[in-house]
Amino acid sequence: MRHAFLDHHSQTESPIHHLDARAKIVVFFTFILIGVSSPPTALLLFSLLALGLIAIAVLARLPLGHLLKKVLVVLPFLFVVALSIPFMQKDAVGGGYNLGLGGLSVSRNGLWILWNVVIKSCLGVFSIILLSSTTSFPQLIRGMEKLGSPRIFTMITSFMYRYSFILIDEMHRMKRARDSRCFGGRWFWQTKVIGHMIGTLFLRSFHRGERVYMAMLSRGYHGTMPETKARRLGLGEVLFLCFTPFLLFLRIYLG
Amino acid sequence: MTSNKVIDIDHLSYDYPDGTPALRDIHLEVYPHESVAILGPNGAGKSTLLYHLNGTLMGTGKVIILGVPVEKNNLKEIRKKVGLVFQSPEDQLFCPTVFDDVAFGPLNMGLDEEDIRQRVQKALGVMGLKGFEGRSAHHLSEGEKKRVALATVLSMDSELLALDEPTDNLDPAGSRLLIERIRAIPQTKVIVTHHLAVAFDLCERAVLLFEGRKIEDLSMGELLKDRALLERFGFDADYARWMYEKSARFQSSRPE
Repeated sequence: MRHAFLDHHSQTESPIHHLDARAKIVVFFTFILIGVSSPPTALLLFSLLALGLIAIAVLARLPLGHLLKKVLVVLPFLFVVALSIPFMQKDAVGGGYNLGLGGLSVSRNGLWILWNVVIKSCLGVFSIILLSSTTSFPQLIRGMEKLGSPRIFTMITSFMYRYSFILIDEMHRMKRARDSRCFGGRWFWQTKVIGHMIGTLFLRSFHRGERVYMAMLSRGYHGTMPETKARRLGLGEVLFLCFTPFLLFLRIYLG
Repeated sequence: MTSNKVIDIDHLSYDYPDGTPALRDIHLEVYPHESVAILGPNGAGKSTLLYHLNGTLMGTGKVIILGVPVEKNNLKEIRKKVGLVFQSPEDQLFCPTVFDDVAFGPLNMGLDEEDIRQRVQKALGVMGLKGFEGRSAHHLSEGEKKRVALATVLSMDSELLALDEPTDNLDPAGSRLLIERIRAIPQTKVIVTHHLAVAFDLCERAVLLFEGRKIEDLSMGELLKDRALLERFGFDADYARWMYEKSARFQSSRPE
């Protein structure tokens, strides 16, 4: 069965895709940190950050429309914040905007909070999407590992990546088998079947884990995952890493 | 004499943890460059026997691989000597990329980077998978997965290959391709299968198991002619006869 890949577009050919994962992780996380730590009023800084990210996306030959669509995942969070705006009336100083809806008014403070959340979450999510669209998952894991992420975490993540697809397949097959045997009826009956399915899925995964472990032992596994050496960073990576001091500079002078 | 046996099993018995008997008093000797098929119905103990070859399972009795007894202390050495390929490639392939999977065994053996790279290239070449290094296992077809699974042990240069249902789940073309690749591998092979045609294509010798016991140990040619034995195991005796007749392998050595 086919799945939507977690790392869609990560196989595209571009100068950004060819960079070492470590450089990309560092730069994109700098983007996020700078974005998150800036005051909401630093409009110039935000626009520069956005421009920088868009420039990278263009260099990476990624379809902008697709990326922007993915940024929409932040919408639910924005919605929650937006809902709270009318109730943030603490500051009378800036004045509010009366909506004329039963005395509800929008406060200036509230709007700043909304803006703060909108811009920071959008920039953050955009950075992460760029990272995952320019770096394949295995490379990403290896990069994290080389940057000092504990081996046990990267190992678990890589197993999760490998087996999530199989688990999803297994779930689909079970669902299909259930549906072809006329699944239906009352809600109460459904919960029971779903419960059984979850149990079965757990048992199957458990047994799969045992078999995988046996396969690992058979190839000489003895408790520690073997390590491969990292390649050295080239000129491209060094140039790309220049983003980091540049962004820090911007943060200090424009923040 | 012991030293040149690849496999030397004596009085091997094994019960599953719940007490069900799985193997009973098995004797088996395999010599270098032999290719032995283990045949039998479902639940006969074929895979269980295979898992004893590298100590994945350990029963009572004697199992000696290339002069080294399969015991807890020798497992590291045994697993370098025996390349075991599990039935499901989803169990065999657990790394993010094909390269990582094929390099996993050699990495555990503590080889240096260049050597590992060469071994991976060679193993993938033998399996016809050049250029697959960066692919993820879940993006491969079943046939490709099976071949990568084999490559993961070929890269270890094991002296004995133990394959569990290598052609299981494959279409005829994929199955044919895999059989050809396996045939090209010179190592000693023990192959569990329930397809007579696969056994015939890959092995000169057949070991028949039934309910955990070894029933017969004979050459492929003898098996194909033994109508009573074939029918007892549910094989198509006419098909077996036809395979025997058409095969050039038996033309010269046929008794009459």
